[in-house]
Amino acid sequence: MRWGRKNTGGSQTRPYRILLLIPLIFLALFFFYPLLTIFGISLAPEGQLNLSAFATVVMSDYYRETLWFTVVQAVLSTVLTLVLALPGAYVFARYDFPGKSLLSSLSTLAFVLPTVVVAAAFSALIGPRGVVNDALTAIFRLESPPIQLERTLVIILIVHVFYNYSVALRIIGGFWATQSLRMEEVARVLGASGWRLWWHIRLPILRPAILAAAVLVFIFTFTSFGVILILGGPRFATLEVEIYRQATSLFNLPVAAALSLVQIILMFALMLIYTRLQRQTATELQGWVARRPRNRREWGFVIANVIVMAILLFAPLLALVIRSLTGHDGLTTQFYQLLSSNPRGSVLFVPPVQAIGNSLIFAIVTTVMAVLLGTMAAYLLAQRQSRLSRWLDPVFMLPLATSAVTLGFGYIIALDEPPLNLRASPLLIPIAHTLVAMPFVVRSVLPALRAIAPGIQESASVLGASGWQIWRLIDLPLISRGLIVGATFAFTVSMGEFGASSFIARPDTPTMPLVIYRLLGQPGATNYGQAMAMSVLLMAVCAVSFVLIERLRSAGIGEF
Amino acid sequence: MSIYTTPTAIQRGGFYLGSSPWDVHILGGEDMLRRMAILAILLLMIAPVLAQDNVLTLVTHDSFNVSEDVLAQFQDETGITVQILRSGDAGTMLNQSILSKENPLGDVMFGVDNTFLSRALDNDLFVPYESPLLENVPDEFKLDPENRVTPIDFGDVCLNYDVSYFEENSLALPESLEELTDPTYKSLLVVENPATSSPGLAFLLATIQSFGTEGDTTYLNYWADLVDNDVLVVDDWSTAYYAEFSGSSGSEGTRPLVVSYASSPPVEVYFMEAPPESAPTGSIVADDMCFRQIEFAGVLANAQNPEAAQKFIDFMLDVPFQEDVPLQMFVYPVNTEAAIPEIFTEYSAIPEKSVTVDPAKIDANREEWIQAWTETVLR
Repeated sequence: MRWGRKNTGGSQTRPYRILLLIPLIFLALFFFYPLLTIFGISLAPEGQLNLSAFATVVMSDYYRETLWFTVVQAVLSTVLTLVLALPGAYVFARYDFPGKSLLSSLSTLAFVLPTVVVAAAFSALIGPRGVVNDALTAIFRLESPPIQLERTLVIILIVHVFYNYSVALRIIGGFWATQSLRMEEVARVLGASGWRLWWHIRLPILRPAILAAAVLVFIFTFTSFGVILILGGPRFATLEVEIYRQATSLFNLPVAAALSLVQIILMFALMLIYTRLQRQTATELQGWVARRPRNRREWGFVIANVIVMAILLFAPLLALVIRSLTGHDGLTTQFYQLLSSNPRGSVLFVPPVQAIGNSLIFAIVTTVMAVLLGTMAAYLLAQRQSRLSRWLDPVFMLPLATSAVTLGFGYIIALDEPPLNLRASPLLIPIAHTLVAMPFVVRSVLPALRAIAPGIQESASVLGASGWQIWRLIDLPLISRGLIVGATFAFTVSMGEFGASSFIARPDTPTMPLVIYRLLGQPGATNYGQAMAMSVLLMAVCAVSFVLIERLRSAGIGEF
Repeated sequence: MSIYTTPTAIQRGGFYLGSSPWDVHILGGEDMLRRMAILAILLLMIAPVLAQDNVLTLVTHDSFNVSEDVLAQFQDETGITVQILRSGDAGTMLNQSILSKENPLGDVMFGVDNTFLSRALDNDLFVPYESPLLENVPDEFKLDPENRVTPIDFGDVCLNYDVSYFEENSLALPESLEELTDPTYKSLLVVENPATSSPGLAFLLATIQSFGTEGDTTYLNYWADLVDNDVLVVDDWSTAYYAEFSGSSGSEGTRPLVVSYASSPPVEVYFMEAPPESAPTGSIVADDMCFRQIEFAGVLANAQNPEAAQKFIDFMLDVPFQEDVPLQMFVYPVNTEAAIPEIFTEYSAIPEKSVTVDPAKIDANREEWIQAWTETVLR
């Protein structure tokens, strides 16, 4: 391994570099080892490599169409998300207005909800018998509901934007807030305005953050599973859906492995291109002071964005809250009360407090692991001259591109001997969550880290500051926004994650999403109502946690 | 405070040398490492490294359920501690167990059904055990002559209907699968995708058995007719039942016929907000319209604690567990000695003549059947 000589700062001593290897060891143990084991068993069952499954996959029209659809919907979803979120990010970075911090926290709530619940929320809103259609039918005296989006590409895209809006908003907005205003002011003085300002100044400055957000959103929608299954219906299938079908229903491991590999290779290639594109930007970091909008135009821009967010993000969430409070005879809180009763005395029953507790413990452990490992990984990748880092960067994103069922099988066969006999350990859940959460931390921290001008650290070093002092007094304040965004997403990923943990054999430590799925697996109005109530509780717990995470920053890191 | 409003340290003039009491707690150096170590130890402590002597690990799927007191009785009587391991649906559970059969996840497995049975048997997942309680189980449930698996419960996948829709429109219930292609029932039925849903596969198997796979007209012709009659296909049971079926309470669905279970109507009543005057849904249990699912348990090969596993199988076949099954897992007991709850006899019936398909035939043809179905129905 060769480390570049010219590093980010003068603070890198030897033990520090060893620290940077920890995320690689983590990936090797909990990602590559199980994954390679399952690929080995799938593609070389008798020790002989058999690539006929690849041939099947490559030759089949069906898989080619599936791949095509997967790419198309992911590109469309990513573009739509960015177009909608970019003005939002500007508004949040630039202006101060009442309710702003609350809005930014709440925008992340969408990310935590299980797909089934989101589907229910959208159905209550724009389904054939939803509020909007009812109103339109009544007003215009229509025969049939005017909005019919069920099982269309449009509804898939809408829900993908719903889920990913906050990813783009927070990554871009967080980065933007650290960028110097000077360029923009100079451009304004020189007469640039409107689209010129966006095209020549803002977008180029934001490029690293936009690319980072785009890559995350693309990977997320490329590997979309629940949204496609539940909202798209059986006519739509992504590679991820196919892998699941092949692995569980048909137990066709060679084809499942071949498809997983295709997906991983494609994502890796994409990430490689991304890292090439990403210019090493080292702008002056000054930070933007958010201010009140000054005139009507500015207020109009802010309000327009808030309205977009309200329609896109909050209307479905509100529909969900209302649904959880509506019984057969009107308003009721009985579903919330029922959550804590166990009339059947079943061992599966989970008091809500316990489910909340389990979810919180997993989420806190995940957040701590993901922030530590992700920050170390970001430092490793920020080593400028290292050719290695160009290859390593995509590697850290791979867990996002890997099908959960494939990795779940890998865990079963690879981690079955001491000292790594983790198959039935509750530790596996935060480990699996960390794999998914770490890329968020890396993507949120890395742009800020790369933007730190080396001069600052060198000056500090010359002035006699120790490596630790430099990190705490210079690096930490500058990356703290990124850290908070990363931590928030790590926490959210863990709170809402269901897929990966359901493919691991695990002792009974039910989390909130699992309770929701169990309730929706049984007939009956009270089960459905309780599932909605549990979803609202999940949102509430997350909302409170977001506020606390923000506090942590303003109380601690921001106080230097 | 929002991340967008807090100015950075540098902006504030930045050289705030005195650190706040908070910083080390958040991301301190050595302190951080120490905290990580403590955290790791804590995590290892909560890991279930159970040091007890007699532990039985049950491998099962996410739908397994039992009453606390029934399970406690087993643990008290035998001194065996039961650890329950779950992993996803029945297919995921089975495949994980096949992959780990040399070093199994547990001692006993519950939840393999007849559609997955031959995959389990062909992979030598289980060792034979003949429970003395099998004498109370009808022969129709005993699908393995070597007793590598023991039947525990059964259920029928049948159509459910929205009672008020059929009453309001004075519509007769369909009495055979053929009638579903009749224009009378146009746009009324929602089914699950057999590629992703277990009741979906069961219903496909019922049509395969009824209409055959050879000759001029096969199950595929039947499905083409269903498509002409505007059948709706969704990927999973929850979507079909809660989002599309009009009979489930509070549903926004528009389809009065759904593929579900014979036991769904009593369960619907059981979980209603208030006891109803009449049941909102019913199941159609006419001859040859339902597919029978039987769930099995077996002692895993290479198990650490095979004696406890055998005792657990006896326990699952015994009356307390068997009588617990209907209201915990919404299926019927196989033990003829077990009483069935009143709500089940009142709101549902067991079909007299269900469709069954030889498990070996299912496993051999599953992929081909589903593939052909997908080509016919979804493209």
